Amino acid sequence: MPEAENFESVSKRGSQEVARFEQPNRGAIGTLQHWLHINPALVPLIVLVLSILVFGALLGSKFFSPFALTLILQQTAIVGIVGAAQSLVILTAGIDLSVGAIMVLSSVVMGQFTFRYGLPVELSILCGLAIGTAVGFVNGWLVAIMRLPPFIVTLGMWQIALASNFLYSANETIRSQEIADQAPLLQLFGATFKVGGAVFTVGVVFMVLLVILLAYILKHTAWGRHVYAVGDDPDAAELSGVNVKGTLISVYMISGLICAFAGWALIGRIGSVSPTSGQLANIESITAVVIGGISLFGGRGSILGMLFGSLIVGVFTLGLRLLGADAQWTYLLIGALIIAAVAVDQWIRKVSV
Amino acid sequence: MEPILKGRNLVKRYGKVTALDHCDFDLYPGEILAVIGDNGAGKSSLIKAVSGAIVPDEGEVYLEGKQVRFTSPIQAREAGIETVYQTLAMSPALSIADNMFMGRELRKPGFMGKWLRQLDRPRMEQLARDKLTELGLMTIQNINQAVETLSGGQRQGVAVARAAAFGSKVIILDEPTAALGVKESRKVLELIQDVKSRGIPIILISHNMPHVFEVADRIHVHRLGKRLCVVNPKDYTMSDAVAFMTGAKEPPVETVPA
Repeated sequence: MPEAENFESVSKRGSQEVARFEQPNRGAIGTLQHWLHINPALVPLIVLVLSILVFGALLGSKFFSPFALTLILQQTAIVGIVGAAQSLVILTAGIDLSVGAIMVLSSVVMGQFTFRYGLPVELSILCGLAIGTAVGFVNGWLVAIMRLPPFIVTLGMWQIALASNFLYSANETIRSQEIADQAPLLQLFGATFKVGGAVFTVGVVFMVLLVILLAYILKHTAWGRHVYAVGDDPDAAELSGVNVKGTLISVYMISGLICAFAGWALIGRIGSVSPTSGQLANIESITAVVIGGISLFGGRGSILGMLFGSLIVGVFTLGLRLLGADAQWTYLLIGALIIAAVAVDQWIRKVSV
Repeated sequence: MEPILKGRNLVKRYGKVTALDHCDFDLYPGEILAVIGDNGAGKSSLIKAVSGAIVPDEGEVYLEGKQVRFTSPIQAREAGIETVYQTLAMSPALSIADNMFMGRELRKPGFMGKWLRQLDRPRMEQLARDKLTELGLMTIQNINQAVETLSGGQRQGVAVARAAAFGSKVIILDEPTAALGVKESRKVLELIQDVKSRGIPIILISHNMPHVFEVADRIHVHRLGKRLCVVNPKDYTMSDAVAFMTGAKEPPVETVPA
């Protein structure tokens, strides 16, 4: 071929090295922005530490004691567990409004199976966990196979699960004393142990271990990467060989299972089995996820951020109560935090890499 | 000779729009088959029908003489057909290595991989880097950067590298050089020749006539949802090919065995 037509061949003589550049000095704010971009859980962590410091300065040892700080953990346990389920669903660009209803339904099944049918408590708990997973499967099937929007599916499932819960339990509460006498295993997650002045419950330990486990799975297993890929761009994920439907169904099933565990933990937290409890769990879990920096559009964020987000809410709730402020201030500040969290998210996104 | 990949009587309709109209298709072992045609002629629908991305309404697809019915791209991939789609099919927020191994991740050996299902990141990163180096994509500095931070050409390069690395029976490239720079598209053409020399046939869909005429062994001219003719690039000029695909010239009658 004449040289003129074969003009592309000269490129062979070019450099064969991977390109390298000097890193520019970004300045303090630029560096911070870069770090936040790489570690999405850092923003809620910073906010959490700052809010603990501020309330600690305002309240002194009343707040800054092992007892008060672990009390926050105890009060956060349920939201943290439900938030873990919510995080998985939101990472796939969905939303699960039925988390609270699944949680209550599972706890009622665990309680009623034990006390109404006299089943062994271990078996009742397994049934409760199975019910939660089954409801999650129906959600997942409707979203993945019937291609209905997650918002609609779980809005409907919220009402269905909640109504089933009231119909089945006949709105009866199983009292704490009865459970403690006959089936103490149901209250397992409420069991406390002390380390110095700090008081931990089994529920708190479960929440922390669950979040660590899910963080590992999401980051270091193929399934975890598929969850992100499905949330990012389901069509691209499908074409590049991800089983999108299977991933979605498994996510909703695991979400249902985690909610059932939250139902078990709920019995431990309030002592009794009450069909009217946990009504705010869906909104609180979404709040924790958003403050934790997970994108509602899917595919971005870290489940550790959700844990920090739920702890931020816990710190504000307890701190403001100890300050003697009207409870409405808590909601006002949480509302401001939600908006701020999304604004910070947008700012961080402007940085590439 | 038996075609390695064969489509017969393929029909695909989207509502009132007919994308494939009783279309036939043949790919022979070891060849580079270019598919050319006007916009909307149904080229992409054709390759999607043979690669499992869409299920044709009618017609059959045969791989190595055996009838296959792919209902998802995963099945086609498992059968050894690897495709680079025009949309590239990558997850923007995930890293280059994650994207290259999407759906066939490597797990660590031993306990960590078997029981904890842990991914073997170092090995995936090393292989991804090797494949990009093979393709001459030296401007990608960090194998862990998110795909959304790459330029359009770099993304295309990564997608081509992925297909070349994993295709075992057929590799389908839908407009692989459309967004690439001079050097990278030259590398893609070299890569195509290289893959061919390994004995793997390639389907190349392109609007770039010089590229098509340079590498193709046969050219499948697609027009109005079906195969108009198959020509040998040595017997026709680029303007002939353009004339066939736009309908400006009547197609030759059986110049090459279809």
